[in-house]
Amino acid sequence: MRHGSYRFVASFLALPLALYAIFVISPFVQAFYYSLTDWTGISPKFEFVGLENFQTLARDAVFRQALGHNVILLIGVPLFTIFLALVFAYLLNVGGKANSAGVQGVRGNGFYKLAFFLPQVLSVPVIAVIWSVVMTSTDTGLLNSVTNKLGLGTSQYLASPKIALYCVMWVLIWGSVGFYLVLFNAAMSGIPKDIFEAAIIDGAGRFATFSRITLPLLWDTIQTAWVYLAILALDAYALVAVMTAGPGGPDNSTQVMGLQIADNGFQYGRAGYASAMGVVLFFLTLLIAAVMLRATRRDRIEY
Amino acid sequence: MTLQIDVEGTRSEPAPKITPAGSSDRSFSPVNVFSHTVLIAWSILVVVPFVWSLIASLKSTGEIFGDNPWALPKELLFSNFSKAWDKGVGDYLLNSGVVVVGGVFGTMLFGSMVAYVLARYEFPGNRFIYYLFAAGMMFPTFLAIVPLFFVVKGFGMVSTYQGLILVYIAYSLPFTVFFMHAFFRTLPTSIAEAALVDGAGHATTFFRVMLPMAKPGLISVGIFNVLGQWNQFVLPSFLSPEKPVLSQGIATLLGSQRYENDWGTLFAALTIAMVPVVVVYLIFYRQVQAGLTGATLK
Repeated sequence: MRHGSYRFVASFLALPLALYAIFVISPFVQAFYYSLTDWTGISPKFEFVGLENFQTLARDAVFRQALGHNVILLIGVPLFTIFLALVFAYLLNVGGKANSAGVQGVRGNGFYKLAFFLPQVLSVPVIAVIWSVVMTSTDTGLLNSVTNKLGLGTSQYLASPKIALYCVMWVLIWGSVGFYLVLFNAAMSGIPKDIFEAAIIDGAGRFATFSRITLPLLWDTIQTAWVYLAILALDAYALVAVMTAGPGGPDNSTQVMGLQIADNGFQYGRAGYASAMGVVLFFLTLLIAAVMLRATRRDRIEY
Repeated sequence: MTLQIDVEGTRSEPAPKITPAGSSDRSFSPVNVFSHTVLIAWSILVVVPFVWSLIASLKSTGEIFGDNPWALPKELLFSNFSKAWDKGVGDYLLNSGVVVVGGVFGTMLFGSMVAYVLARYEFPGNRFIYYLFAAGMMFPTFLAIVPLFFVVKGFGMVSTYQGLILVYIAYSLPFTVFFMHAFFRTLPTSIAEAALVDGAGHATTFFRVMLPMAKPGLISVGIFNVLGQWNQFVLPSFLSPEKPVLSQGIATLLGSQRYENDWGTLFAALTIAMVPVVVVYLIFYRQVQAGLTGATLK
């Protein structure tokens, strides 16, 4: 290493690292510490209470409800988003007309990608406002007026404790599909075509090539998608906070952990307790990422 | 029909002709019709709510929630926009603008500085610092939100531009460093070495030689950061309650509509929030899609 380059390295790293340490690393570390205290967030004095917060947490009915809802989202959001994105990516690539050169991607490929991706560039509150109005529970609500005409009847949507959570789930899926479609589409076009030609010669059909070639070769990408969507489902705070009544209602039916952290930390003056929830969320995220990456591990195929 | 498959690349080059005679060159195969039906249905599901919201910004509340919410407005109520502006949308817009300009500038500068040093210089702790940043991408902001508020409060920077800007930079660094690190690795080393041999300092080499070479990467990650920081909602709603940015303002306005019942104004505010982003997206959509998805794959 040339003379003087250590000083250069240090001068380039100092400020960004300081910012990162102060605003990202230290709050994360502090959350672990506060989770063992009874800090209110207001008074400067607090006591060390050991694992008491976690014991309380285990008995907290609302938090358990919130956790349950996050688990439902954790299963539903990645499952449906990845399924839809894969189907759409496949249709874009293979759904076109047939001619002597094999099967083509559909026309208007670019338009579909442009449209599907749109929700990804808009902020969550914008999307939340639009969908809460689309799903207005009265008979003249936007969605209700359509389903009514189609003879499907009407629904209470976000006003119904039974289905409000699934409405939230739908909006999460609706907003994410386009992103993963583009992701899968890019991965699909990265697969060398001689693999497909070999399959054609061996007599494989559309479905067989998809399930036996495309899907296994996309496995790495699907895995990544799953982890990202799981993190999204564990959060869901912004959407619930803006879109649901209460927020978290009706009747706690859309409570999620993020909302509980915000309520306890900022409204009820239980910053220590909220930090304990944050720690639980942290380990859940870690656990899910580890499980997903291990359980679904396959040999990486290089080409 | 069963003998065909395709990846995008096969279109331009002739593939072995194995299609059964008689099914060649028809525009409407059942698969084609099915594909378009499904894809168009989803496009409608995505685009119609946005288009409807744009139209709703010119309607009265009565028309938005009336007997036929799908009808076009009887008269175009442009006054919704001036009302939205008076309700603070102008301020929110300014706040968002200032914070995003400062935040993105700082993020790009610091992010590429860190990424460059990590990618091109060997020193003890290099890997450690790299993983420290990379780890920041994995965890939701929510884990740290309560202590973060008190850190910002400790500096007296709650509801200030500088507070939000610094926090935005800190939380955008992981992705920016990660992305630019990969990018600097792909650039040739010879030019930077030549500059150093010619007597340029390390910093000069970075700003004059390497940064211009990294322009495509900077644009991708720059667009990503502009969109990400413009749409940021969780951080400002806790750290800047008195100086709301646009996404916060929208949420607040929705809350107040439950009492005021003036939905046309809310949709006008929504339109003001949506249109700039959508325009940027339509112009740069290739870079946006590549930038947002590219990093996820790496």
